[in-house]
Amino acid sequence: MSENDSKWYELFSRGARDWLRHDEKVRDAVRANLPEIVAGADVINDSARTVRVPVRMLEHYHFRLRRPQEQEGAGQGAAKPGDVLAKPTREGKGEKGAGGRDEGEVQLLLEFKVDDIVDWLWEEMQLPNLKARVGPSEETDWVREGWDKRGARSRLDRRRSLKEMVKRRSAPGATPTFTDEDLRYRQLARRKQPAIHAVVFFMLDVSGSMSDRDRKLAKSFFFWVVQGLRREYRSLETVFVAHTTEAWEFSEPEFFQVSGTGGTVASTGLNKVREIIDERYNPGRANIYLFYASDGDNSASDGDEAREALKAVADAACYTGYVEVSSGSSRELATETGRLFAELDEAGFAAGSYALNDYDDVWGAVRHFFTAEAQKNE
Amino acid sequence: MSDDWRSYTARIEELAARSGLIFHPVDFEAVPDTFMMEIAVYGLPVRMPHWSFGVRYIYQLIQRHMGHSRLFEVVFPGNPGHAYLAASNGLAENILVTAHVLGHADFSRNNLLFRRCQEQVSEHIVEHAAAHARQISQAIETYGAERVEQVLDAALALEQHIDVDQSLRREKYPEYLADPKPLVDDDFRKRFAALDPTAAAAAQEVRKRAPVPPHPERDLLWFIAHYAPELESWERDIFLAVREESFYFYPVFATQIMNEGWASYWHARLLREADFVPQQAYVDAIKCHSDVVRPIAADQQVALSINPYHLGFSMWEKIIESQGLPAARRIMEQDDDFGFVRNHLTRELADELKMFRYNARADGQVKVMEMELTALQESILAPKYGFGAPTVAAKHIQVDGTLELLHDHETDGRGLDLDRSRKVLDYVQRVWRRPVELHTVDQNGSALHLTSS
Repeated sequence: MSENDSKWYELFSRGARDWLRHDEKVRDAVRANLPEIVAGADVINDSARTVRVPVRMLEHYHFRLRRPQEQEGAGQGAAKPGDVLAKPTREGKGEKGAGGRDEGEVQLLLEFKVDDIVDWLWEEMQLPNLKARVGPSEETDWVREGWDKRGARSRLDRRRSLKEMVKRRSAPGATPTFTDEDLRYRQLARRKQPAIHAVVFFMLDVSGSMSDRDRKLAKSFFFWVVQGLRREYRSLETVFVAHTTEAWEFSEPEFFQVSGTGGTVASTGLNKVREIIDERYNPGRANIYLFYASDGDNSASDGDEAREALKAVADAACYTGYVEVSSGSSRELATETGRLFAELDEAGFAAGSYALNDYDDVWGAVRHFFTAEAQKNE
Repeated sequence: MSDDWRSYTARIEELAARSGLIFHPVDFEAVPDTFMMEIAVYGLPVRMPHWSFGVRYIYQLIQRHMGHSRLFEVVFPGNPGHAYLAASNGLAENILVTAHVLGHADFSRNNLLFRRCQEQVSEHIVEHAAAHARQISQAIETYGAERVEQVLDAALALEQHIDVDQSLRREKYPEYLADPKPLVDDDFRKRFAALDPTAAAAAQEVRKRAPVPPHPERDLLWFIAHYAPELESWERDIFLAVREESFYFYPVFATQIMNEGWASYWHARLLREADFVPQQAYVDAIKCHSDVVRPIAADQQVALSINPYHLGFSMWEKIIESQGLPAARRIMEQDDDFGFVRNHLTRELADELKMFRYNARADGQVKVMEMELTALQESILAPKYGFGAPTVAAKHIQVDGTLELLHDHETDGRGLDLDRSRKVLDYVQRVWRRPVELHTVDQNGSALHLTSS
């Protein structure tokens, strides 16, 4: 056999193929736990477009004997009976089923694009795509429009140019290769486009009764809501409002660090949201969303005021959603705040509620809101 | 790589034949290092796809980057045999490797265990494995990657659970118990038959169905392939393909010390006798030999494992020196590692090789023990029993189809790793399609009953 034969195995690696399959499996496993994993990291801001997840290599399991307390073996080298070749290590004890020790643990760091994750999840969960409401205002933007024989090299349309070449060559007596005549460049033009803006208000109850876990749950939920809305709107603004008996606007990183003490007065938060809407956004032009996370224990004396404030916000918003994060208890929305949103829904506003008790529910919650919103749009 | 070494192949082959080696022709091929690495990962040049090989591949890549484990050659027995040499080998290395490969070719043609397995699996394992890989690719196209992977997860997890004492193509169990002995036609019978002719005749007719399995069955791949309640035929084919490859791997596994030792002995000897090899190449080759055939730890150091090349090489040198070549060839033909180590690893040799026994505790303490030859031999052989896997057998199929597996903890000395066992049960359940259970013991030796989830 000659060395010059190009062998198939130089072109194709089975090891790499099976390795890719392994990675795919790992990714599947990670995907199944994404809401949990994502909740652990501060990934909600715009700059973090990827999520890094450290994972162990998968093991293909076989029947194995359990690790023995003592084991005999054969070795080779300069050693006499009675020599102690290795001293007991304190950590050695209690290291049960650590399995990886004999194989030399290898950790992989998988990087996921948030956009990809969102696409998978939307596909997997069969979440509907929202229809963006078109505002009356317009903005101008560059759009592709038509072709020209001259243009900047970066806008050369290869496919189109190739077609031109093929067309010309099919004519009798044509020269065989590309000529400058074949080249086509994309043209840009300024056109007015309807504005598609969205503003999402995230309102979080940070009163004493909200535990760390509750807030993490809310955060995880908020994150995926942002991602889902971002699929639909070219520009999406986020506003973060936290409240106890008072309300404040926060920047995003601060927002999830906030923990307050004291009671819950939802109306303060809702009024703050309304204030911000009036100040900065025109409900006619922007699609406004409000998502509110709380454990539902609103102060009893706040009932009427909160109802008023909520209605004021709902008038301006395309949708208001309420998640009740109460890990541990399962009151299923039978709370003060729960009732407020139920009333709103009955009154014909676009509103929805969901009781979020565990990370497993995050997806249920996201699906709930998106399905509801999509139906309202139709 | 230059092809210089090829000009030596024929002369080395001729020298080997003159020295008494008997081998099938061998096809030599130089392949890139990446391909060598894949052979090491898969065990065969072309083998079925499975993600677990991907894991091994990553470990191998890492090892290579750390500078460990360089592969010079891989050889596959058969007629003709196939030898793959690393393209990065130098001339001296390739001369050495050619001789080494011929040692393996002699071994695999004459060793009884190899011969038996080759008679059953065929002398064309490389081609068979490639055909399996093709067959599985077709299954993937027809049934989808997920389903095929599910079957391979189970089959490859049970890879070591075959019974090499049975033939590769064995018959299914008899369906009925052997007919009861014909009744003796004595006076009593005659009078009894006269009482009620129909009753006597009916008693003769009843045949009893034989239980499945009639005895605990160690060949789990075979058993599942033939007795799983709803296995589809393509799934059975995958199980049988994995099983056939295991039959091929078994002799390689069970004669490693002998086989590597024999090949190392012959590469050293042929090289000494090959007057046609240039001086420089000879010196380089000898250096390469001593890098491979040596204890794992250098000089004054201590290693907690034994290099099978070195052990086998030293044993063959002793045997040929003391008993002569014909006796050595007989041993080579008849033994596997169990017989070889027990019969021919002497106390003197063990001392000479500075071998010792040690005791390793779970807390990390390692202590050297008193030298005792039989115990030393058993320490070397312990990891080799039963293809290196725990003794697990299919014991019973319950009325609802539940498969009961039985771990023979008395033979193995302790119970199974529970987490892993449960995962294996899950794999198996997906092809058995009924619950799967396993009996073993916990760390205190009390009976334990695992079920698939």
